[in-house]
Amino acid sequence: MKKLITTSAFATIAMVGSAYAETTACLITKTDTNPFFVKMKEGATAAAEEAGIELSAFAGKYDGDVETQVAAVESCIAAGAKGILITPTDSRALVPVITQARDAGALVIALDTQFEPADAADATFATDNFKAGELIGQWAAATLGDQAANAKIALLDLNASEVSVDYQRDQGFLTGFGIDVKDPKDIGDEDDPRIVGNDVTDGSPDGGRTAMENLLQVDPDINVVYTINEPAAAGAYEALKAAGKEEGVLIVSVDGGCPGVKDVEAGIIGATSMQFPLLMASKGIEAIKNFAETGAKPENTEGLDFYNTGVELITDQPVDGIPSLSSADGLGKCWG
Amino acid sequence: MSDSTEPVRTGQDFERTLDRSEAKVAEFETNRHSPLDRVQHILHDNPTLVPVIVLAISLIAFGLIAGGKFFSAFNLSLILQQVSIIGILAAAQSMIIITAGIDLSVAAIMVLMSVIMGNLAVYMGVPSGIAILVGFAGGAAAGMFNGLLITKVKLPPFITTLGTWSIFYALLLWLSGAQSIRGTDIDEHAPFLKFFGNTIDLAGARITFGSLLMVIVFVVLWYMLNKTPWGRHVYAIGDDKEAAELSGIRTDRVLISVYMLAGFVCAVAAWASIGRVGSISPQSFYEGNLQSITAVVIGGISLFGGRGSIMGALFGALIVGVFQSGLRMAGVDVLWQVFAIGWLIIIAVAIDQWIRRVSA
Repeated sequence: MKKLITTSAFATIAMVGSAYAETTACLITKTDTNPFFVKMKEGATAAAEEAGIELSAFAGKYDGDVETQVAAVESCIAAGAKGILITPTDSRALVPVITQARDAGALVIALDTQFEPADAADATFATDNFKAGELIGQWAAATLGDQAANAKIALLDLNASEVSVDYQRDQGFLTGFGIDVKDPKDIGDEDDPRIVGNDVTDGSPDGGRTAMENLLQVDPDINVVYTINEPAAAGAYEALKAAGKEEGVLIVSVDGGCPGVKDVEAGIIGATSMQFPLLMASKGIEAIKNFAETGAKPENTEGLDFYNTGVELITDQPVDGIPSLSSADGLGKCWG
Repeated sequence: MSDSTEPVRTGQDFERTLDRSEAKVAEFETNRHSPLDRVQHILHDNPTLVPVIVLAISLIAFGLIAGGKFFSAFNLSLILQQVSIIGILAAAQSMIIITAGIDLSVAAIMVLMSVIMGNLAVYMGVPSGIAILVGFAGGAAAGMFNGLLITKVKLPPFITTLGTWSIFYALLLWLSGAQSIRGTDIDEHAPFLKFFGNTIDLAGARITFGSLLMVIVFVVLWYMLNKTPWGRHVYAIGDDKEAAELSGIRTDRVLISVYMLAGFVCAVAAWASIGRVGSISPQSFYEGNLQSITAVVIGGISLFGGRGSIMGALFGALIVGVFQSGLRMAGVDVLWQVFAIGWLIIIAVAIDQWIRRVSA
């Protein structure tokens, strides 16, 4: 018995020792272009330095670049990484390689985007994207008041592949607005007459502008515009301005990047749901450190299949019953 | 004739069949056997005809499917506006493809130059005019870099520009810090950058300066390619580089000038894109390289070089725009738009191959 204790104590010391000496971790993001992931990388790098973890960062070349992410995970396995933080660019395609990494003894944490199934990773630290959408939907409905019944809604989504972030925000928004979404995983199956149409933006301002122009052609009287993120919202605003329709149209978005919060301040975006990439990154590093030291894995938020890093509604026109921050407060918390 | 049983009229035997023989003295062999061959010949002589016909048919078809809204002056001018940036890139791409080359870096050059213009004018207080000129010079320099690698280091254009695509892309991420420059900041500090976003309203149509710029770029380049010795040299190199060299054309010089001019045109597109998008985002136009090639190919310009009119690329870009707008108005899902464009490319190249066989 005594011998057993000694041995395990010794083993623990050895483990802790090696943890301090050479805990390596990987951060794999979707792209290096999106400021959201750039900020996440900065947060992770800072947190890793503080925790004494050696962090290698990888990124896909574009949204949906599965091959580069697979290669990155393989490099991390080969390097013997203790933990992998990943924002999967495809919720399903990366599951096999992630399973390999877990079999090799690494703690895998999904950041921002969940795997399908969510338990393919040891944990997920993410924004509740459905909630983020729901908040701006509720805000838009409350702001319109009685007029919500006659709203004409444009939905500017991400891309044709309908990844989880895309449908969660879109369907969350519609739910918050009070529209029956039918299948909550399918964008565009709704038949509410208030919806003018959906179009895709690639989350970029040029895509946002073109999509908005197209939907204005379908119905020039659109007065509520949901956008997948703030760059798309900026493009949508340009299209509305070009058509002379920027007054009286509510644009709502999700992200909380500093340019987006400034657009809230300028009255371009009515409200945006802010998420916290820095928190995801630092929580992730913390979890890897903890795992390396004690072997304990992080737990999910109660009632969800992920750890919720929170979301805040940013608007300068607050409505009763929906807690929100002003753009001035938002500027202190924004990323990018 | 000796075993003839009727020797009476032997002398006239050959004369009797004379009227059945060939009466012509000599003639050229002709290929015009069937109406199809004739069509093939006409198309061979006028390579822009195919895209023009496709454009006309698709306009009519979508007019019928999507209704009057599609055919309104406003919507047609909107399509012109939406394709303007990819159109200008396609003009640059056309020149290069006519030399039997390819440029995968056009969109990366464009976005890089828009970031440089924006950084200088918005953040560093450089007068907009100078920032734009720096961008133009940068575009030409980037193109020259491609041209030098292709002619002096003798790398294939595909590999060269695949490499420089990544290089320019990385530079633009570095210079922009992956951050967009907001539209309101541009309005405040350097509104001239948005010059091409200005519009002219004309009988219901809304034409942006950017749309006009695209047309001007095509006309100028068409003139240069078709009416100047330089242009003839460009076609000659695309047709047969060795023969061009043997006939005294300084092929390396001409090729470098083509890549430089293409880079410059990309920088012009960069300025126009700021007016179009309203802000400067490193995430914009990621697929611009391939979209420009798509427009060129659908426009009937041969990827094998030396054949096709640059005007084809304009029609190619418009066809893509008409398809996207029409399908969208008809309420077709995005993935079917992608599907349709894919078929357009394949059919365009198949027609090109068929036309090329005309002399056989």
